[in-house]
Amino acid sequence: MLNVGKIEEGFVLDHIKAGKSLSLYEHLQLDKLDCTVAIIKNARSNKMGKKDILKVECDIDMLDLDVLAFIDHNITVNVIKNGEIVAKKDLVLPPKIRNVIKCRNPRCITSIEQELPHIFVLADEDKEIYRCQYCEEKYSESAKAL
Amino acid sequence: MRHLMSPMDFSVEELERLFDLAASIEQNPAKYAHACEGRILATCFYEPSTRTRLSFESAMTKLGGQVIGFSDAGSSSASKGESVSDTIRVISCYADICAMRHPKEGAPMVAAEKSLIPVINAGDGGHQHPTQTLTDLLTIRSLKGKLGGFTIGLCGDLKFGRTVHSLIKALVRYPDIRFIFISPEELKIPDYITDMLKSKNIAYEEVIRLEQVMPQLDLLYMTRVQKERFFNEEDYIRLKDFYILDKAKMELAGKDMLVLHPLPRVNEISVELDDDPRAAYFRQAKYGVYVRMALILTLLEITV
Repeated sequence: MLNVGKIEEGFVLDHIKAGKSLSLYEHLQLDKLDCTVAIIKNARSNKMGKKDILKVECDIDMLDLDVLAFIDHNITVNVIKNGEIVAKKDLVLPPKIRNVIKCRNPRCITSIEQELPHIFVLADEDKEIYRCQYCEEKYSESAKAL
Repeated sequence: MRHLMSPMDFSVEELERLFDLAASIEQNPAKYAHACEGRILATCFYEPSTRTRLSFESAMTKLGGQVIGFSDAGSSSASKGESVSDTIRVISCYADICAMRHPKEGAPMVAAEKSLIPVINAGDGGHQHPTQTLTDLLTIRSLKGKLGGFTIGLCGDLKFGRTVHSLIKALVRYPDIRFIFISPEELKIPDYITDMLKSKNIAYEEVIRLEQVMPQLDLLYMTRVQKERFFNEEDYIRLKDFYILDKAKMELAGKDMLVLHPLPRVNEISVELDDDPRAAYFRQAKYGVYVRMALILTLLEITV
């Protein structure tokens, strides 16, 4: 088994669906941060069988929890200080997300006016359905990220 | 400042006030003939829609106001690449209220975000056409005396028809309405609508043939079945006559049943029915002007 060391200060994103850590890395724009990031893929998990884990050595405020909640609100967010877990953050679905996903409806005004933000609004919390603020097109997994 | 993007922007109580105002205008048009004097409506139509545009222009003129605007994107700055946001900022300097039609869905909402004047969505692609829904509701309320307590049949293209979807969503807020959806299998009402009706315990029925439900209806809302919606011509030829309202089918209907249609009609309602007192579709067009007059007054916060 591969061992990745503890981090002193930062956060650990646990229970990421296996294979999703790289897209999460992109969405959270971790490539733009000048800090240590460990991406662990296909770790063994009692709960999930296999899971991914992200360890990031930076302040928790650098993390966009809304984006994280939108992608998967079942992810566990552990805040680490002095090498210990000091808090767990609950993720709730954000009421609105801006410029995270793109509306793919060719009839939407965002398809011709490039400077417009792509805003999606939580339309059904139980079914976790987001709709484009402008054309109300439902977001589907097949829609590519920005 | 308020805009109108969707028929659901107004609560049932607000709609009641709007329809009361429209009824007052109908009864006493002279009282409102100068209500908008010195005010300007801009009709920004990025795609042609003669009926809706003229209805708005008629409404503003009857209120004593003036109208400016364009009737297709070619004669606007959009042809030079100007954004909707920039256009509305400029129009805000010229007019007091704007009615916008645009082929792209959500364009009037983009305008409303930047506008200094009320914006009315006069149709955005296949998305919303709220003043049509307000027209339908006012017609029903005026001719039936109430909104609620009736069986309404919706016939034709129920899959792609935005006026139908919008009307259903608006009607479910009123009590004791039963829906009968009459369409070929290919053009059935979408699941999200029937799911919504189920979740609200609202009675509905889906049938293929119009004549089998005619005696049950208090209202019949007709839409056109377009040939291009069918996978093959054989199905179209087999089914098209089911959805043409003619004298024989009307004989099955009650004497108080009303026929509505958003217009333009092609051949789905036989012209021989136009003089039938139950044919309400041309009166509906008149209510379209009253409701737009009431809407302009409401959004401009003008009381008479």
